[in-house]
Amino acid sequence: MELTLTREQQLELYYFMRLNRALEERLDRLARQNQIVGGLFSSLGQEAISVGSAYALEPGDWIAPMVRNIGSLLVRGYKPREIFTQNMARANSPTHGRDNASHLGDLGARHVVSPISMLGDLIPVMTGVALGARLLGQKRIAMTWIGDGGSSTGAFHEGLNFAAVQHAPLVLVLENNQWAYSTPVARQVPLRDLADRARAYGVTSAIVDGNDVLAVYRAAKQAADQARAGHGPVLIEAKTMRMRGHAQHDPAEYVPKKMKEYWKARDPIARYERALTAGKLWSACEKREIDARIERELDADVAFAEASPMPGAKEAGEIERGVYCEGCHEIAPQWQRPKDELLPPKSVVDARWTVTDFGALEERVPVKRVTHSKAAKFSKARRARG
Amino acid sequence: MAQTTYLEAIRQALDEEMAHDPSVVLLGEDIGVYGGAFGATQGLLARYGWQRVVDTPISETAIVGAAIGMSYTGLRPVAEMQFMDFIACCFEQLTNFAAKSHYRWGAPVPIVVRGPSGGGVHAGPFHSANPEMYFVHTPGLKVVCPATAYDAKGLLKSAIRDNNPVLFFEHKFLYRRIKEDLPPDDYAVPLGKAAVRREGRDLTIVSYAAMLHASLEAAAALAGEGIEAEVIDLRTLLPLDRETILASVRKTNKLLVVHEDTRTGGIAGEIAAIVCAEAFDDLDGPIVRVTAPDAPVPSAPALEEGFLPNAASIADAARHLAQA
Repeated sequence: MELTLTREQQLELYYFMRLNRALEERLDRLARQNQIVGGLFSSLGQEAISVGSAYALEPGDWIAPMVRNIGSLLVRGYKPREIFTQNMARANSPTHGRDNASHLGDLGARHVVSPISMLGDLIPVMTGVALGARLLGQKRIAMTWIGDGGSSTGAFHEGLNFAAVQHAPLVLVLENNQWAYSTPVARQVPLRDLADRARAYGVTSAIVDGNDVLAVYRAAKQAADQARAGHGPVLIEAKTMRMRGHAQHDPAEYVPKKMKEYWKARDPIARYERALTAGKLWSACEKREIDARIERELDADVAFAEASPMPGAKEAGEIERGVYCEGCHEIAPQWQRPKDELLPPKSVVDARWTVTDFGALEERVPVKRVTHSKAAKFSKARRARG
Repeated sequence: MAQTTYLEAIRQALDEEMAHDPSVVLLGEDIGVYGGAFGATQGLLARYGWQRVVDTPISETAIVGAAIGMSYTGLRPVAEMQFMDFIACCFEQLTNFAAKSHYRWGAPVPIVVRGPSGGGVHAGPFHSANPEMYFVHTPGLKVVCPATAYDAKGLLKSAIRDNNPVLFFEHKFLYRRIKEDLPPDDYAVPLGKAAVRREGRDLTIVSYAAMLHASLEAAAALAGEGIEAEVIDLRTLLPLDRETILASVRKTNKLLVVHEDTRTGGIAGEIAAIVCAEAFDDLDGPIVRVTAPDAPVPSAPALEEGFLPNAASIADAARHLAQA
């Protein structure tokens, strides 16, 4: 596939990766000053994945970040001040101090589903988002991320299988950062490539160098296009390395020094800077300007967060407020198809299975599945892909 | 007009809500072509098509997770558990994802997870349980346990229209045993409101689901002995209608709580705590509970009969309390 990014877009990828890293450096500093509430999970070395994958999406698409995907949030329009106030549990943070880290979301314009700490659960949820969008007639896809560790959960497998059988427009980015907390990938999964997980479910997969932002972007764009076209979910394994511990408290002394050095030499930002320079896409002066602009933005937003109040619990009932939706939200799906298609008489179907493969090994014919007319169309497209 | 069973009332609620709101969709195992293990979704695939009635793999986590995700796009999914015992498989999606969503980040989760619970049909330890209290202990969820056909229909409609995750525990013993005339017009029964099913002055019996019927049978027997029991049907366990319980206890001064769920951590303990805190001075006797013992639901008919409370065991406890 041709790379179709303009020079401005390529510089924007740099901006987001640099912003991602510089913002986390500030968070690190704030943590040393005891200003962070809860854990702090670094994405150092993984910025190309967060940024490159989210950059491939259209404005109406949905994402659900994992805890190391601050870069994806920035691409989707989150401001650094929101990330700072969230991690500092301030009253004006996106969750008003009720949750921490990247556990934030926005059902409105930005279409971000908040993660929970339990790994894998976003996969069935984002499958549902993808199916919901499809039912409403929207041409939107859902993207979420998982780690090498999280790919061993039951929710991962139930979710990916269900997405596959429903041909859900879902893109799953599996960030293989080599470590699940302190356990190396070889002790978690007896596979060299975690992309092979997808084969068990008939899901298309790709393997990409996670430290090459353009490669990640291209893979994600291709996957998004395929999902949007109705050809079902795609799993992208991005090979990378978690350059810090599991969270800030963890010095990660269990990581062999040589392994760290190996990956340090492949730092995604330094590498992209070299590529931009070699391609004559920017001047040293332009780079300095972008970097300076980021530092100015972060100075202002850290100051904003530091000046933001902590939430209080003084008002009666304050702690329990918001446990339930008591009329505070109006739920109005955005239909982009005529609703009468989903109501009788148009919705009436012959409620019988069409079974074309009787399942025996003898007389095996080219793959056909238990199907119904709508799915048959997708199946055909899938078969065409092999 | 033919009377409507509890099961048919549920089917009608789903049908009518789907007819009036295309954003209502169904997910579950064997709910489409087959029409559900008990037939609660019979005919709905034929009427509403493959996109709104989705047969799923045997993946409760995927079913509930996908329902949550669909609800974020503005749909109102209703997920079926083939048996409510299997809700343990998706405990995480319900307690950590759905229940905390609105509180954490202001995202409502208008889903219903419904299915058959309860014993009395010799279905053994994995097809007879009453797992409602795991969820009554989870802020952010609502828990509904209808006892009548009228309520099964009206409460399910309210559950579907509610903006919060609602767990709807149907009682399989009642599916085909309870019948009544239902109004032809659309109606809904509000969540969180108990019903006084029988008025009385001597003691209050609080119950729900199948045990309501055993309690009413006991109350009828007691009336023959001159003991007038007031019988309250909780209908919704979360939120709990404290006012109706307290008003009755203030009148009768005695409280018996009956449930089919096991004893420790059952709703009886919570009700006892509320009544002790709010109406201690009104009590003229100990708060008594008649419940299943702290054991899994056994399979053999004789064992299950010993496990379940019944009209006789309720009447015995009530008689004892009334004379206290």
